[in-house]
Amino acid sequence: MPSVPSKAWPGMTLIGVALAIAPIVVGAGLGNAWVRVLDFAALYIMLALGLNIVVGFAGLLDLGYIAFYAVGAYLYALLASPHFGLHWPAWAILPLGAAVAGLFGVLLGAPTLRLRGDYLAIVTLGFGEIIRIFLNNLNAPVNITNGPKGIARIDPVTLLGHPLSRSVEIGGITFTGVMLYYYLFVALALVVVFIGIRLQDSRIGRAWVAIREDEIAAKACGIDTRNVKLLAFAMGASFGGIAGGLFASFQEFVSPESFGLLESVMVLCMVVLGGMGHIPGVILGGLLLTILPEAFRHGAGPVQQALFGKVLLDPEALRMLLFGLALIAVMLYRPAGLWPEPRHRRELSE
Amino acid sequence: MSAVLLDARGVSKYFGGVQALKDVSLTILEGEIYGLIGPNGAGKTTFFNVLTGLYPRDAGEVTFVGHPLKLGTPHEVAKAGIARTFQNIRLFANMTALENVMVGRHLRTGAGVIGAVLRDPATRTEEAAILRRAEELLHYVGIGDRAGAIARHLSYGDQRRLEIARALATEPKLLALDEPAAGMNATETAALKGLIEGLRADGLTVLLIEHDVKLVMGLCDRVAVLDYGEKIAEDVPANVRNDSKVIEAYLGA
Repeated sequence: MPSVPSKAWPGMTLIGVALAIAPIVVGAGLGNAWVRVLDFAALYIMLALGLNIVVGFAGLLDLGYIAFYAVGAYLYALLASPHFGLHWPAWAILPLGAAVAGLFGVLLGAPTLRLRGDYLAIVTLGFGEIIRIFLNNLNAPVNITNGPKGIARIDPVTLLGHPLSRSVEIGGITFTGVMLYYYLFVALALVVVFIGIRLQDSRIGRAWVAIREDEIAAKACGIDTRNVKLLAFAMGASFGGIAGGLFASFQEFVSPESFGLLESVMVLCMVVLGGMGHIPGVILGGLLLTILPEAFRHGAGPVQQALFGKVLLDPEALRMLLFGLALIAVMLYRPAGLWPEPRHRRELSE
Repeated sequence: MSAVLLDARGVSKYFGGVQALKDVSLTILEGEIYGLIGPNGAGKTTFFNVLTGLYPRDAGEVTFVGHPLKLGTPHEVAKAGIARTFQNIRLFANMTALENVMVGRHLRTGAGVIGAVLRDPATRTEEAAILRRAEELLHYVGIGDRAGAIARHLSYGDQRRLEIARALATEPKLLALDEPAAGMNATETAALKGLIEGLRADGLTVLLIEHDVKLVMGLCDRVAVLDYGEKIAEDVPANVRNDSKVIEAYLGA
């Protein structure tokens, strides 16, 4: 991929404008709750893009990815809350969170270098659970994580002396806290997208894909597969760590139950449903899997009320049912994901 | 007499109780095409895999360009200057032909994550050089017009060529080809022979495992014969052809 072709500029400007006005329009039309959904969409896109490096590029199936999100979130919570009485600035904690999560990525990667596929999946799944269980139980004998009660009253991110959790009025428009966070999250998500695109089309990115395609051939080509795999784990984890820190500051509360296996599975679904290894596909996957379930949660009750006069099925149960059906349908009819890499297109044109 | 490029001394390899390689010693000279032949199961590919670091060895030493070769670490072997192809072609199937060769340049280039993200002038220059070299190599092996094709969609013969191009991208001193003519028809084999002769003419040393005895005898400067993991002959093709032990190994006692 050469640098952005000039005819892509109108499209990019359009996307930029859409991203900029989205929270204002959504906030006015659907209310703050939906801006909050957009915030989470941006967070999950960051997570999905991080996992995409490990699973999509390097082909290493990781079922415990949410652990790195947890590491980032707890690091933020511990360093910026009354729990230890520490109030470090977010701009110091977020990079630190990326680094610490990256270190955890290497810790996970190092013992699993010889594993692939199912075996790697089992070990990473265990790793994810270990982190969560540690967080749950590290309140005794020394109280570090405050156990299942979690850590509350976490400091919000402060920008130019203004905490993002508080509303601000600019040019007659009131920007609520969730809207301000939206801009922060989208900006960082764009940085993550940019890094992902640059990495994909580089010497390192090619080495990752080579390992995914054939590890033995990659070794024979002189790729030090150990280092290159560890790098994939570390890079993926550090994105998770940043997203975790943002999550903690946004919620102002963290507890172990936010980091269960289902969360790892959701992020993996975003990657797989969207199109493994294809950045626009992964973004689409993240967006759909954050917004659709919410829309369903809000819509299922009223729709049933209108059709049958009463709510027959609990929207929450129905949501998981339809989610499962959608997954099966996509895997049957679009096994490469909703928006896979356009390899076959390139081929037809030659 | 040319200088010694590779000197293997007493290489042994066991698989459980089976000794796949028994004290194999051989010497490859700079600039020659060295053939390694033998009946099925004689240990040719095992020797290859030990030499290129894929299998750990149980005994023996290999000296390459005067330095001991770090066996058991394929990327170190590649770095030292031995590149290989595989009997059952191992390409990066979903990458383009061009990308396959670009991966081969990994070893001789150095851009890391920061270079990839910032795309500073040094990284851009390096990327351009990788691309240029990969294109040159595709042309060299005769598939320059297939650069954009996905590897797994290339014809069998072109896949073989692509694998050779990828191996050449690592700048080897010794190119080890594991049965490159397997599954090829007569025309493709003749073209392959031309390609390998071209490599020698350009100063590369080639180690060739081959079943096609005619190809080996017509191409190689010297030939070693393995049988049941032991080297039973090492000489110029004309002498090997008439060696009684070799005839016995191939035709049975």
